[in-house]
Amino acid sequence: MCLAVPGRVEEVFDKNGIRMGRLDFGGIKKEVCLQFLPELEVGGYALVHVGFAISQIDEESAHKTLETFRTLGLLEEELGESSPEQKRA
Amino acid sequence: MKYLEEFRNGPIAQKLAAEIRRAVTRPWGIMEVCGGQTHSIIRNGIDQLLPPEIEMIHGPGCPVCVTPLEMIDKALAIASRPEVIFCSFGDMLRVPGSEKDLFHVRGEGGDVRVVYSPLDAVVLAQKNPDREVVFFGIGFETTAPANAMAVKVAAQQKVRNFSLLVSHVLVPPAIAAVMSSPKCRVNAFLAAGHVCSVMGYWQYPPLVEKFHVPIVVTGFEPLDLLDGIRRAVLQLEAGKAEVENAYERVVSEEGNRPAQALLADVFEEGDRAWRGIGVIPRSGWRLSSKYAEFDAEKKFSVGDIHSVESPRCRSGEVLQGLIKPHQCEAFGKDCTPRKPLGATMVSSEGACAAYYNYGRFVPVDALVQT
Repeated sequence: MCLAVPGRVEEVFDKNGIRMGRLDFGGIKKEVCLQFLPELEVGGYALVHVGFAISQIDEESAHKTLETFRTLGLLEEELGESSPEQKRA
Repeated sequence: MKYLEEFRNGPIAQKLAAEIRRAVTRPWGIMEVCGGQTHSIIRNGIDQLLPPEIEMIHGPGCPVCVTPLEMIDKALAIASRPEVIFCSFGDMLRVPGSEKDLFHVRGEGGDVRVVYSPLDAVVLAQKNPDREVVFFGIGFETTAPANAMAVKVAAQQKVRNFSLLVSHVLVPPAIAAVMSSPKCRVNAFLAAGHVCSVMGYWQYPPLVEKFHVPIVVTGFEPLDLLDGIRRAVLQLEAGKAEVENAYERVVSEEGNRPAQALLADVFEEGDRAWRGIGVIPRSGWRLSSKYAEFDAEKKFSVGDIHSVESPRCRSGEVLQGLIKPHQCEAFGKDCTPRKPLGATMVSSEGACAAYYNYGRFVPVDALVQT
């Protein structure tokens, strides 16, 4: 139930006084309520749950997390936990 | 899809798992609160990647599962009325009530419809002014803002034939209830990332302090989950208990303020019964008196329905992390997703359904040995 999917904002508009948007979810477009994210604009990514954008995705932080993951364990490998054969390969 | 695939990278998952193996020196029980996380853990085999010292204890964060039987029976009573169009998320339709489910009501001629968003139900009410449209408003803090918005819009646009059958539940009181149980085996929590996207994590320091338990805000993809577990293990091994955020791209400490403001306007806290667990004080939201006219329970006077649970279903123990689904005698035999005894076998977030759908009929250790 708490499933939420990230989508990219393609269009922002007003519908009967409610802030709405059209979001792209990997090719599927859907109308989403943006009332809870007044600062979300076209080009931004948001997490969408039951037709509502609930959180803007902080892209910088996403990249930082992935970078941290990539460097994890590298130090141990450098310090020789892996065999010399693996190191050459 | 962007921001999903990157967090499903196999080699990095192995690295994170290796980090966990390196850090762990003794057994720890870690509870993932959210049922969505339970499904991701089982579907991706994360429990099988972990060292044997780490046991993932599946939490009560499946809203469909914890919605009390009484509330399902009330939904069935309302949905059976000829003037009503009863709208719900799809998950609720097969949840067994005392005698039947919403699918049966539909089969008997009831107008039961699945909607994608609660706002769709408000539109349906506007298009059908001679009918009563009722939306089954269940869920945790993630879903509550959407339901609150539906009520707010109905109030603003004077859609008086719309109402909400409310059964909202809250995560922090559930964590407190799990920790207060004498049978508690939980040493650390993965807090549900999407609940926190709405509520932030400012509610957690008092829980960490009271129970000396690490709480790590965690996402749903394999790398998110492994990182949440890794951080919990590092804290446990160091004897620390802190609130940590392992889902920074989505969650901030303060959460979504506009959503919280609307929740405070539309709902008020109250005691709530959790299916299989019992009443947890101040663990739910009901409509505030300002919006009482949109309360379906009052509108259709179903307040006096009382129900009794099937004695064969052990979902209460599953929801509290006391047993694993396959330890229930009925699991996979008298209880399957096609013919469920309890809601944990129905919902796409129920632990029993996860174990059944991904073939976990034996304990993980047995799987590893064979």
